[in-house]
Amino acid sequence: MLSTLAAKLDGILKRLRGHGVLTEAAISEALKEVRLALLEADVHFKIVKEFIERIRVKAIGQEVLQSLTPGHQVVKIVWEELRALMGQHQVGLALSSMPPTVIMVVGLQGAGKTTTCGKLALHFKTNGKRVLLVAADPRRPAAVEQLVVLGAALDVPVHRADAPGVDAVSACVHGVERARTQGFDVAILDTGGRLHIDDELMDELVAIRAKISPHEVLLVADAMIGQDAVTMAEQFDRRVGLTGVILTKTEGDARGGAVLSIKAVTGKPIKFLGTGEQLDALEPFHPDRMASRILGMGDVLSLIEKAQEVVDRDQAEAMARKLHADTLTLEDFRDQLKQVTKLGSLEQVLDMLPGGQRLKELTAGSMPGKDQEVGRMVAIIDSMTPRERRDPTLLNGSRKQRVAKGSGTSVQDVNRLIKQYLEARKMMKMLSGHGGRQWLGRSARTFS
Amino acid sequence: MGVVDQLGLGLAKTREGLLGSLRRLLPGGRKLTPELCEALEGALLAADVGVAVATALMDAVRDLVRQSGEADADSVRAVLKKVMIERLRTNGKVETVLNAPHVILLAGVNGVGKTTVAGKLAGLYGRQGKRVVLVAADTFRAAAGEQLELWGRRVGAEVVRHQAGGDPAAVAYDGVAAAQARKAAVALVDTAGRLHTKSNLMDELRKVKRTLGKAMPGAPHDVWLVLDATVGQNGLAQARQFHEALGVTGVILTKLDGTAKGGIVLAVAGELGLPVRYIGVGEGMEDLQAFEPEAFVDALLGES
Repeated sequence: MLSTLAAKLDGILKRLRGHGVLTEAAISEALKEVRLALLEADVHFKIVKEFIERIRVKAIGQEVLQSLTPGHQVVKIVWEELRALMGQHQVGLALSSMPPTVIMVVGLQGAGKTTTCGKLALHFKTNGKRVLLVAADPRRPAAVEQLVVLGAALDVPVHRADAPGVDAVSACVHGVERARTQGFDVAILDTGGRLHIDDELMDELVAIRAKISPHEVLLVADAMIGQDAVTMAEQFDRRVGLTGVILTKTEGDARGGAVLSIKAVTGKPIKFLGTGEQLDALEPFHPDRMASRILGMGDVLSLIEKAQEVVDRDQAEAMARKLHADTLTLEDFRDQLKQVTKLGSLEQVLDMLPGGQRLKELTAGSMPGKDQEVGRMVAIIDSMTPRERRDPTLLNGSRKQRVAKGSGTSVQDVNRLIKQYLEARKMMKMLSGHGGRQWLGRSARTFS
Repeated sequence: MGVVDQLGLGLAKTREGLLGSLRRLLPGGRKLTPELCEALEGALLAADVGVAVATALMDAVRDLVRQSGEADADSVRAVLKKVMIERLRTNGKVETVLNAPHVILLAGVNGVGKTTVAGKLAGLYGRQGKRVVLVAADTFRAAAGEQLELWGRRVGAEVVRHQAGGDPAAVAYDGVAAAQARKAAVALVDTAGRLHTKSNLMDELRKVKRTLGKAMPGAPHDVWLVLDATVGQNGLAQARQFHEALGVTGVILTKLDGTAKGGIVLAVAGELGLPVRYIGVGEGMEDLQAFEPEAFVDALLGES
């Protein structure tokens, strides 16, 4: 998510960075493009307008024009404003000192509430909490069943009304009561999807909220939502009172401007992102990191945290030494590929790297775009002899044919892999020699 | 109640958004200043038409001003309506040619309302006296099969389903076979929601389509993409990818009963030439209606 917006802003601002002296005209031109990029990312047009005005006022101020690096100053202003728009710090879920903590999940139809409830349940369960899911959507056909199936998959009990025709309010009251008497730590209420202009159904949410006083009321919103995000979020917040937002389906190519719109109109923090169909695909949202990501500065902190979770430490350290020594063999390349796939898809990883956007464009075609290709690449390397892996120059025509046969690929695939390996080596050399930004400038030149 | 009225009801909240503001901004005969242009462009953007379409529409308005010297609300409205309708009247075949059974594949990203559309379409065809078979090829989402089964019971259509987690292509094959055996007029194949960026899931969908063709030569006779009216510019990316993978023959726009305007269909129809077939304007069983470009644009722009 947000990657295409990132690519655009990165490109626009990069041109500014290059200027020795910034004219007002150059800034205006860049801001025009920033405006378009934000609009195409579905940020609400009024928010875009205010945002651009704020940046214009600051950027055209004297200190920027007179500073030695005006381009960098402008980028810094954009980054600060973006971060301000998204909120400053990560905000987690408030756990009550008097269990159960009650979390009410609300949103439009199809935003992904039920799946998100399952993800939240798993999140708390892995943190050692006892969780009760409460089915509070008696209207949509089979909504309760969906939650029951999810509960069974997670081994988390699901409270459902014991008689048909029980309304959502009493289902919630009973569910919370059961959580209290049976000693659950967390109760998650899955309410039905509804339109923010449906008075009757919005009143139902108001009634639930009044009856059970939840600790959290989370709005689930689809990352692909357009300009209506503003009206929707505003209405839910005004009528029901939100404590936070979870943005779903962020793993697609939606530019996710809704993040900015929703935060701007409700002032409520985005707490989590849904990043996939699997139930563990839920990530805390870090506004400052996201601002960096949008500007192509990379989200190295998230990558490091993720890496700490999945990457073998010793192996990583050994790898780091190798990278410096500039002796990356095909074996290392293979280990690296395997480690990287553990982090998520290559695209996701690239999104988190500084300049990953540019890298993605530069290597389009030569970089393995699909994860299954990584499997194939690993198979090719596995089919080589240890000597070949250490010295790929050994690979002549007949050896390549053998490797291709052994891995079920073609000689072209083998050639492509070797090319990718050599490119990776070249990049590593640049990475170890320079800091991120210089490296970017360099790589752009090398590749163009 | 006519389609226009019903749509008008559904889109009532959009009225103020577009022409409500236009009328306020352009009381008879006032000149279209740059500020007014900006406000009008903002109103168009707020309807999710996207920058490209908004620019094209504004160009048309500026042309009008250039020709006639000044423009009032009515002439601006007329030119907007004309350009919008031109975009929505695509060359795609809108006539549904009935084979027996006429196999329709429904696809779209997660949460747009595919299963609900399948149920409502079954109801619609049922009321026309056609026998319908619903095929539950969404074997992934928890309880999707149950949801379709409830719809089948509600509208009196037979539902073909397998175990959860089964092969969707196999269900599709059996569904068409069942529809042929029952001499059904329509087979509606409901598929699992998937993001258009997931190549493996798009491949799975291609396989479902191929399998339908194996079960019955020529099937599917229609591939309909379900789009959520609340979607922003990503709707165009969705349409592009699904069209490339499946050869989409029509679009169904759901959830028009909220405050979202669904302006993205102007971009989808304009750029990809995909006709909108039906619109969803409510949660009731009968709230799925045939799409009329003129009525849609009237509702979008508000009262004339």
